[in-house]
Amino acid sequence: MTQMYLTAWDRKEADSEPIRKGFGRGLLQAGKNDENIVAACADLTASTAMDLFQKEFPDRFVEIGVAEQNLVTVGAGLAAMGKVPFVSSYAAFSPGRNWEQIRTTICLNNQPVRVVGSHAGISVGPDGATHQMLEDIALMRVLPNMVVIAPGDSVEAEKATLALATDKRPAYLRLAREATPVLTTTKTPFEIGKAYVFREGKDVTLLGTGTMTYHMLAAAELLAKDGVDAEVIHVPTIKPLDAHTIVKSLHKTGAAVTAEEAQINGGFGGAVAELLSEQYPAPLYRIGMQDRFGESGKPEELMTHFGLDAKHVALAAHHVIERKA
Amino acid sequence: MPDRQHTYSLSELELKANDIRQSIITMLEHAGSGHSAGPLGLTDIFTALYFDVMKHDPKEPDWDDRDILLLSNGHCVPVRYATMAEAGYFPKSELKTLRRLGSRLQGHPEREKLPGLETTSGPLGCGLSQACGMALAMRMDHKTELKRWVYVVLGDGELNEGNVWEAAMLAGKYKLNNVIGIIDRNNIQIDGPTEHVMPLEDLRGKWEAFGWHVIEIDGNNIEAVIDACAMARAIVEKPVMIIARTIPGKGVDFMEYDFHWHGAPPDHEQAKTALHELRTLRGTITSEHQ
Repeated sequence: MTQMYLTAWDRKEADSEPIRKGFGRGLLQAGKNDENIVAACADLTASTAMDLFQKEFPDRFVEIGVAEQNLVTVGAGLAAMGKVPFVSSYAAFSPGRNWEQIRTTICLNNQPVRVVGSHAGISVGPDGATHQMLEDIALMRVLPNMVVIAPGDSVEAEKATLALATDKRPAYLRLAREATPVLTTTKTPFEIGKAYVFREGKDVTLLGTGTMTYHMLAAAELLAKDGVDAEVIHVPTIKPLDAHTIVKSLHKTGAAVTAEEAQINGGFGGAVAELLSEQYPAPLYRIGMQDRFGESGKPEELMTHFGLDAKHVALAAHHVIERKA
Repeated sequence: MPDRQHTYSLSELELKANDIRQSIITMLEHAGSGHSAGPLGLTDIFTALYFDVMKHDPKEPDWDDRDILLLSNGHCVPVRYATMAEAGYFPKSELKTLRRLGSRLQGHPEREKLPGLETTSGPLGCGLSQACGMALAMRMDHKTELKRWVYVVLGDGELNEGNVWEAAMLAGKYKLNNVIGIIDRNNIQIDGPTEHVMPLEDLRGKWEAFGWHVIEIDGNNIEAVIDACAMARAIVEKPVMIIARTIPGKGVDFMEYDFHWHGAPPDHEQAKTALHELRTLRGTITSEHQ
């Protein structure tokens, strides 16, 4: 495993691409593979990258209009008849607005609807706090039956979409808006429920989900200059969490930092805190939004402003290493 | 095939409705909680659907070509359980397990617990959307030519939910003519009369404005329900909403029209009185048709 499966992500010329583009390609391919794959969108077809599918399969695409409650409940009806629906909007609206419908008609009803929340996280940027969805991981993670996936780049998003096309569980797929460095290659493995060691180390475990894994790898380079040997684990599936891989790493390193573009309370950091406190108590620092809303700004400005970058991860790593008994 | 062809006379259907009402009273008394008025008011509609209108098979609940029935106002599920037991989906003795630990008959219907329930419902306003999703799936599969129908029962109080009108717009847009909605227009909701809590009228005009064909009937007249459903199936260019005026608590004198019975079960004495009244009525139905 490790770096042989990664691109030259740390070079300036590394390719960047919005994660949702990978989703769009994956959905199109999934649609070609299986005629039961269908899609619905709430008036954001191009910006959630469903337009490729819509053009190829107009009869299997439903335009719902600006109605997110209807979006997911129509999805539940499609699934009840044997379809595998991908339903998309911005994460702030779906699952932001329609949580109870998702709970009752998808999770309790146990239908394989794929709720796709695009433009998640602080890096939505200038649109401001209303559109920066930070609570979606917590909202979806708490639901029984629900799978929660936040891919790290567009290549992985494509694989995650194809994996969800053949999975039978309700699922939430979290996608970021901005162009994101492409870390993984077509050879990098992806399986729902698996976390992957992207860099081996012995002093501290850096656990990244979604776009934050890139910053974790950059932080590991910074830490190496300080003589700290960091292990970086990419955790695209937040639920079910790969407890085995995470706890095994903590046995070796004894300290961890999590990072996510979301609220740490109840989010990915919350999930890791729950796991470690029960199975392997160890110093932990959670990078993410610290119980507050975002604001308008350029994406990279906001990431620095709210401490979601390699420098802050490295500081947090030093902090947890000091706290080791 | 059993129960895929319905050949009951009107008097037989009326007797079945009476039996179902007795089951509802008995199961609610045993459960000690639950909704009385809605299920009793809906009994004639459910009798018509299960014993005349719908293609279905109690021995094969997931038969591919069955018609679909969604109960959007899930709190009225006692009428569905009682009707399903009457139709042979499960033994009537199981009705007494309603709302008990380990029962397949949950307080609000859960699809995965009991074969024959199409969805999980309770939180209001979601049924029509799911019906639309099902109708769209049938259209994608070109199953509409097989004349498969999606019936969805909605409460009138439920129409306060915005989700319902999102679905109404969608069905109008896509002209989902195999969706047939039935509104239980009993004029009551938990806080009082619907027109005091949140006025719904002009209800017919609202649905027509959303692109629906509307049929208004007496929902406690089994024959009227059967006729309205037949008429609805003949409308090919629009979805159809049947506004069925019902009497909440129908068949039990002290419950009729009283919104206090919306969310309450009868106690032992009240159940005895109610059952006596229903059995007397049953005798009347029998002698009328002899």
